[in-house]
Formats: sequence, structure tokens, C-alpha cells
Amino acid sequence: MLQFLIRRLSGAVVIMFLIGAFTFFLFYTIPQDFAQLSCGKNCSPENIAVIRENLGLDKPITTQFWEFMMGIVSGRDFPQGHCAAPCLGVSFDSGQFVWDSIVDRFPLTLSLTIGGLVIFLLFGLGTGLMAAWKRGTALDKVVSGSSMVLSSFQIYFLGPIVLSLLVFNTGWLESPKYVPITDSPGQWFMGMLIPWAVMATIFTAQYTRMARSTMIEQLQEEHVRTARAKGMRQRYVFFRYAWRGSLIPIVTIIGMDLSALLSGAVVTEFTFDLAGIGRLAVEGSLSKDLPLTMGVMLFGAFFILILNIIVDLAYAYIDPRVRLA
Amino acid sequence: MSDKLTLPKPQGPVDGAAETLLSVEGLTKHFPIYGGFPIKRKVGAVQAVDGVDLTVGVGESVGLVGESGCGKSTTGRLITRLLEPTAGKVTYAGQDITHASRRQMAPVRSEIQMIFQDPYSSLNPRQTVGTIIKSPMEVNGINPKGGVENRVRELLELVGLNPEHYNRFPHEFSGGQRQRIGVARALSLNPKLIVADEPVSALDVSIQAQVVNLLQKVQEEMGIAFLFIAHDLAIVRHFSQRLAVMYLGKVVEVGDRDSIYNRPRHPYTHALLSAVPEVALDDETEDRERIRLSGDVPSPIHPPSGCRFRTRCWKAQDKCATSEPPLVQISGNRENHLTACHFPEDPTTEARDADIVLDPALAALEKEGE
Amino acid sequence: MTTLTKTEGERAPSGPEAFLSVRDLRVRFSTEDGIVKAVDGLSFDVERGKTLGIVGESGSGKSVTNLTVLGLHNPKTATVEGEIVLDGKELVTATEKEMEKLRGNKVAMIFQDPLTALSPYYTVGRQIAEPFMKHTGASKKEAKLRAIEMLDKVGIPQPAMRFEDYPHQFSGGMRQRAMIAMSLICNPDLLIADEPTTALDVTVQAQILDLLKDLQQEFGSAIIFITHDLGVISKMADDLLVMYSGRAVERGSVREVLRAPQHPYTWGLLSSMPRLGGDTAQALTPIPGSPPSLLNPPSGCPFHPRCGFTSEVSGNRCSGERPELPAGRGAACHLDDAQKSTFFIEQIKPRLG
Repeated sequence: MLQFLIRRLSGAVVIMFLIGAFTFFLFYTIPQDFAQLSCGKNCSPENIAVIRENLGLDKPITTQFWEFMMGIVSGRDFPQGHCAAPCLGVSFDSGQFVWDSIVDRFPLTLSLTIGGLVIFLLFGLGTGLMAAWKRGTALDKVVSGSSMVLSSFQIYFLGPIVLSLLVFNTGWLESPKYVPITDSPGQWFMGMLIPWAVMATIFTAQYTRMARSTMIEQLQEEHVRTARAKGMRQRYVFFRYAWRGSLIPIVTIIGMDLSALLSGAVVTEFTFDLAGIGRLAVEGSLSKDLPLTMGVMLFGAFFILILNIIVDLAYAYIDPRVRLA
Repeated sequence: MSDKLTLPKPQGPVDGAAETLLSVEGLTKHFPIYGGFPIKRKVGAVQAVDGVDLTVGVGESVGLVGESGCGKSTTGRLITRLLEPTAGKVTYAGQDITHASRRQMAPVRSEIQMIFQDPYSSLNPRQTVGTIIKSPMEVNGINPKGGVENRVRELLELVGLNPEHYNRFPHEFSGGQRQRIGVARALSLNPKLIVADEPVSALDVSIQAQVVNLLQKVQEEMGIAFLFIAHDLAIVRHFSQRLAVMYLGKVVEVGDRDSIYNRPRHPYTHALLSAVPEVALDDETEDRERIRLSGDVPSPIHPPSGCRFRTRCWKAQDKCATSEPPLVQISGNRENHLTACHFPEDPTTEARDADIVLDPALAALEKEGE
Repeated sequence: MTTLTKTEGERAPSGPEAFLSVRDLRVRFSTEDGIVKAVDGLSFDVERGKTLGIVGESGSGKSVTNLTVLGLHNPKTATVEGEIVLDGKELVTATEKEMEKLRGNKVAMIFQDPLTALSPYYTVGRQIAEPFMKHTGASKKEAKLRAIEMLDKVGIPQPAMRFEDYPHQFSGGMRQRAMIAMSLICNPDLLIADEPTTALDVTVQAQILDLLKDLQQEFGSAIIFITHDLGVISKMADDLLVMYSGRAVERGSVREVLRAPQHPYTWGLLSSMPRLGGDTAQALTPIPGSPPSLLNPPSGCPFHPRCGFTSEVSGNRCSGERPELPAGRGAACHLDDAQKSTFFIEQIKPRLG
């Protein structure tokens, strides 16, 4: 177990480094002078030179990369002041520390993700299990049919419709906005309600379909039949034997969705005009803001790698045949 | 009853004097196991095949029997070079092919063919039967007289399928017919040796005989040598003139059919034969010895020292743990009947005064029942 | 057997009638391609403490029959007609709840592949103890003791330690022993063993078969033993039923059926199988053709397209009229008794070596 964690975490560090290197050097293939970009329209050559020095752009690329990566570990000093570890550099565009921007935006992304996750797991797995339990009946057909339709919807399609119905036309709800939960839990909840609902609708449909199909597959396993042949009650067989086997694919998908959402739900944020990590990422790459893009990339990669490890630990917990090595 | 050893065969070798086609010496395959921390390294090996000696004569059918994990299938794959041997030597028609490169193997490859166990997964479902059978010819650049397609039709007819089914797909055939397709594919290059790995065990009983008869026809009429790998002792006996019995990666006994089935010496061969459930057609077939081993075959990762069978053997003594018995012609054996045992059994399979029951649960229940 | 076994009075013989009696059983599955007649008019009896062997190839309906006895078929796709009477109780019309009380308790089942038939997610011990807790109301601790006792009985070394193991930590033979322990833990009156040794090696198979026989002596259960292997059946069964295409084609005691078989299909099975003591110069005699489709079974006798004796029957009765299986010893074949006996002795027996 400890060996597994050490090996996987050290592997994750190496991968983060490679992702960083790849992003960094790929950025330098853009035929652009970053100092020029950062300076704006009316720039004298002197200004540009100053900016170039301030941003460290006068140094060789490899040195720049090394300084950037070292900053994550031990912090860096900039003309604006000390940037404490994990320092992801200074945005070319805004001049802010990238880490501060991320910390600023992350609570929204986290709220969006956790709230959505709770809703779509509850409803998605619930209806999926129900459909599997009642497979072949009218209820199953309704659930399967509607989840098929809903899962082909998109947030940018469903979002505006919901907004215009519940907000603009009727005024029943306010436009989604982010209020920190520490300021007002009620407003936080009401502000996130519509994004959660829309996001969860689409995810719910996907989880319903997956839960239903893996459960039906598991119910055909021979060991499930053995459990029935022992006289165990159908509900017991369903929730103990079949459900346990369905967990592996479900946990896999949850891990993937969770890491994708935590590294920024771009479409949801744009649809509801919310400023989270996803928006930050798009802003950074559109304005060719190298440190910002690097920062957001590494931040996202961190979640993907950590969740991967957590999912592997979950596998080992669910299935005794899986050995952590 | 079963002393009829000489068979009225025009081509198969009648005795050990036949020219050797394939010979295998000290063949070994260890599959490495990796583990350890922080850097993974080889920490052990599955000793799947460990020093196997075997010969197959021209046109001869040799059976390779043993239970799962004994290495019989791995041996087949090593001989056909689907796997790379760890050690040992494979000689085919006087040529050392142990580590032959792709190019060196090319002429030999077409002469050694393989038939697999599962007729469902060993045929590409997206290819027609015609394509499946002709592709070995195309790959090897062979252009038979009358064209490839004609040859395929000939082969289909030979294996008892309708040549008109040239354009059908494997799923349109039953299991037995699919295995015939596998045989036709193996025959397409006029092989001299066919390695058949459990060719009938996936088939229904009534179909098994069809395929066994087909293989027998192929062997006898075309003079093709066979290495017949199977766990069903009765089928191997029917098909093979000579046999090797394997246990945990080693050959423990080898000899002609009569020696192995009627005059076995190795305790494992005795146990194996006595375990075969036979239909009792009359009372006389019932007085065979009864030997019930205990437990399963040990792991090939840490095989027992000395004689590998000693942990399940009723005759084992200290010597068995310290020295590995060589595969030799022990006294009382006929020529070419080799046994690897320090304390061999009497050469008979007749019932003993007392059954040998090593399984503790069985022994306890039977004692209780008396 | 010290803890919590049933009282002896419960298994007192209830007269000479059969313990399990199946009458004119028909099981049909609706599939996309049409109706599959998996079992088509099957009748048989099992006596208390006796072993009935059912032999047949894939698709003969032997496994479906026994899943139906336990009510384990899929009620949404399968229709079941006929009668299954177990110890005086009708099972075809029984409710799911009534069946649950029966399964694992009065009737237990052993499946072919112990690797897939045991759940990989729970310990072997828990899976063995579960039905005991369910059916006897025993506490977890009592059930554990009983499970360890059963593991010991079937020959698992260090049963108390192995109780906590998962199935993948067991070898193939040990897994099947664990399955046997699980099936016998409630002391069932009937044990259905569906190809219980097919996935095992021959020396392990021999151990398991003997173990089953010895345990049957001790537990007094009746066994339905399903297999495709005539050799195995000749070691295990008292009575034998040969199935083909969803029907019984021959019935009798094992001795009768294997030494003086009457049905051409049984002849075919025997002569297509090499024997250890057989004459190797004698070619095997396979049954020509392939097993019939259950979607479109042949008219008349289902075996007639593969049968070599249809010309011995006058008219076209073989393809036109379905032969009935007589009660007791007999075969469902239009040949008359004298023909059955002469053909076997003159044509078949010499080939069996």
C-alpha cells in the first residue's frame, strides 16, 4: 500500500513535469513576442525591453522553463513581490500571480462540481438501478428511452432554454451567480441551482444508462445465479452480488468525470456566465498567456493524476483480486 | 485385448527406427515474474517447461498428455516457435531452429503447422472460409498447380466440407465444421508436422469422433507427423503411437502406447490412468487400480525440489526431495520406454489389494463408511 | 455433524413414490429468431437417496431442465408448462418466495465452473455460510462454525484459515470442493450437479466424484447429475436419462443403458468415444451431421436425420411420427425390441472393442 502510493505519486510528479515541458515548449512554437503581447498597442522598444526583463523573457527558453518549474517547488521573486510556492508565475496579461487567480476561481468550480456530482450520482444511479431491477417493464422502457434522449442533449442547448423559462420569462429564479458559501449558504445554493440542474440532467442520463447496462450484465453473471440458487432473496442478490460487480465501471467513469469537471467545466461556465477555472483556461490560451495556461494545465493534470490513484485504490477495495503494485 | 500394437498402416513408422523429423532437447521456457520496489525487476519465474526432451519421427503421431499447468501447450508453442525458448534446442529435419530468425524460419514455417483448441476464436470472423484457407499460401508465396482457389476447394473437400462453401463466413458453420476449416488451413501448405493443441476438447462428444477420424485420415494418408496435445487420455491413446506424460513442466514418462497404458511405471502415470472414468461395458473392465491423489498440482513458480511429483506421491522417500530422477530406461522397461522415477511402480494397471487414497477428506469419509 | 442439522424425522421416507417427479415439462424461450423449444415434453422421476444421471450434448436441454426445477430460468423470456412435483409440492406454479425457501435448503445446486460460479468479491466462508443463516436462522457465529465444519468435510486443509480467503486464492479443485460444501450446508434432500467436474483436471475430477459419492452416503441426498461424459455418469449414477433435442430418448438403470443400449443415439455416443481398453485399430464411428436446431427441430423423431437405422423402420414413420418413450426402461425409437437388441449385439457391440 505505502509502496504503491510512493510509486504512483512519484510517477505523477514525473508526468506533471513532462506535461509542463510539453506545454511550455509547444507555446514557444507560436511565432509571437510575448513581451509585445503583454505591452499592448502603444509600446516603445524601451518598455518592451523592461517587460522582457521583468518577465524573464530575455533568458534562454530552457532557463525560463527551469525557473518556472522550480518556482512551483520553492517559490520565486518577481518585481511585484515574492510569489510563494506553489508559484505558477505571473500572468503576462494581468500581471497577477497565476496561483492567486486559480485560488480565486476554484471555489466556483468546486461548488459546481460537487453539487452536480451529488445530484447526478443520486438520480443517475438511482434510476439506473430501478430500471435494471424492473428490466423489461414499461418503467424500464420509459427510463431507458428518456435517458437516451436526455443524454444526447448538450448544456449549451438545454442551459439557455432553462434560463429563459425560469429566469428571463417568468422571473421565478435569479440569474446564476456565484456567492461564496461562507458569505451566505442560501444565496450560494440558489445561485448554483440552475447550473447544477442543467449539468446534472445530462450527466444523470449518462449514469442511468451506464448503471442500468452494467447491472443487467452483472445480473447475468454465473455467481449471481449461484447466489439465487442458494435461496438468497432477490433484493439481496441485486444489491450485494450484482451491485458489487457494477461498481468497477461506475467508479472508473466517476473518476474521469470528476477530474474533467475539476479542471474546468468550460461549456457550463460560459453558458451561465460564471467565472471558474474553465473560463480562466480559455482566457489564458486565447491571449497566449503562457504562465496562466501552464498553471491551469498543471492544475488540471494534478486532479487527473490524483483521481487516477484514488480510483485505483477504490478498485482494490471493491475487488479483492486487484493487487496494488 | 489391447495388445494389438502393430497397425496396418502404409506410411506411419512401425518402430523407433523411423527417421527423426523433430527433436527437442532440454527445452525450457520460464516466464519471468516482475515485482519489487522501487524499481521493478525479475523476482521469479513460472517454470512452464523445464528441460523437455522429445522426438517425433517422420509421419509419426506422438501424444503429449498431462493436466493443466503441466506445460504441454507451452511445449507445442515453443516447437512451432510461437514462443521463444529460454533454453534448449529444437531441431527440425536436422536444422537447428531454436533461435532461427524470421527469414531462416520461413521455409520451415510452412512445414510445421498448428491446429488450435477453440474453433471459435482461432478463425477470423471477418474473413471468408476461402480467404482463411488460402492466406497461408499467399503469405508464403506458394502457387499450387491449378491456382490457389482450386487448391482451397480441394482442401475443403478433403476435410469433408462442401467446396461450394468457399465464400461463407465462419459463423455459418458449427463447431465441428469450424475445426475442419482449421485443419484445411493447416494442410494448405503441405506440412510435414502438425502440432494439434487440444483439437477436439471444445467439441461435443458426437462431433469429437468426426474430427479425430479426419486427423487420423490426414496422418495416415498424407504421412504427416503429429504432435497431439490433449488431456483426454483415451483420445490420445486412440490417436498416438507414442506418448509423453508431462507433469509440472517435465516429461515423467515416455514410451509406446502399450508401455504407457498397460505397463506404466511412473506413479503419476498410474494415478492419471486410474482417474480416467471409463464406461463399464462389462464386468471385466472394472478391476482397474484405484488411486486418488490429494489436492491439485503445485504452482510452477515454486515447484518441489528433486522429483516434482513427490509432494503428491505415495512412494516418495527422502531421496526424491534431494535428487531429480533422470528420464531413463529403468529395469523392467521395454526399449524406448523411459521413466523418471526413483521408486517405480509395477508395470500393470490391475486393481491392487488396497486402494491408494491420499485425499484426506476421501480417506476420512471412506474410513467412516466401513 | 454436530451442530444444527435437521432432525432425522424430516428425512424419513415418505412412501415409495418419487421424491422429485417431472411430468411433460416444456420450456420455451422467445428469442429474436423465433421460439426455442429447449425442453419439449420431458418426464422423469428421482428417488430419495438415488442418483439420476442425465446425459446429453450441448443444446439437449439438460441444463435448462434443472434450472427450471429450481425456478432459475428467466420468467420474462421463458414459458414453462407441465408439472414439477418435489416431495408433494408443485413447483411450476410456486411463488418466488416459496422457491426461495426451497433453494439452497431442500434443493441445492453445484455448477460447472467454480471460478465463475463463486462471487470474486466475497470470502469463500461468507458465501458458504450465507444460505445456512438464511434457511436455519443461525447466527453469524454458528454459521461460521458450520461452514468451517463443511470445509473440513470436503477436504480443505486448515478450514478455519481458508474461511477468510477469496475464491481466487483457491485452486480449481478447492473451489469446487467449496461449492460442494456450500450446496450441502443445509443438508438438502436433492442436489443438482450440473457438469460439476467438466472444468477440472482428470485426477482432481476423480477426487471430486468420489467425494460426492461418499458425501451422498453420509447426507442421504438424492442427486441429479448432469454431464456429457458417459464415463463419468457410469461411475456416478444409479439411473440414466439420455437427452437429445429437448427430449428424453432413453431411460433405464445405468447398467441397462450402458450395457444394452436401445436407442441409436446412445449407440452413437458409445461408439464415437474411444476407450482406454479399446482396440486402437478400430476406427471410431462418429454420429454424422450436427446436433439439431432447437428453433426448427426435425419432424418426427428428432434424431432421424443423423440415424443410420431409419431404413429398418417401415414407411416413413421416423420422419413423420414422434416415437414415445415408454415408462420405465426403454427408448423412444420406432425400431421394435427385437431389432434394438439384434442391431446392438450384431452391429454396435463389436465396434466398442
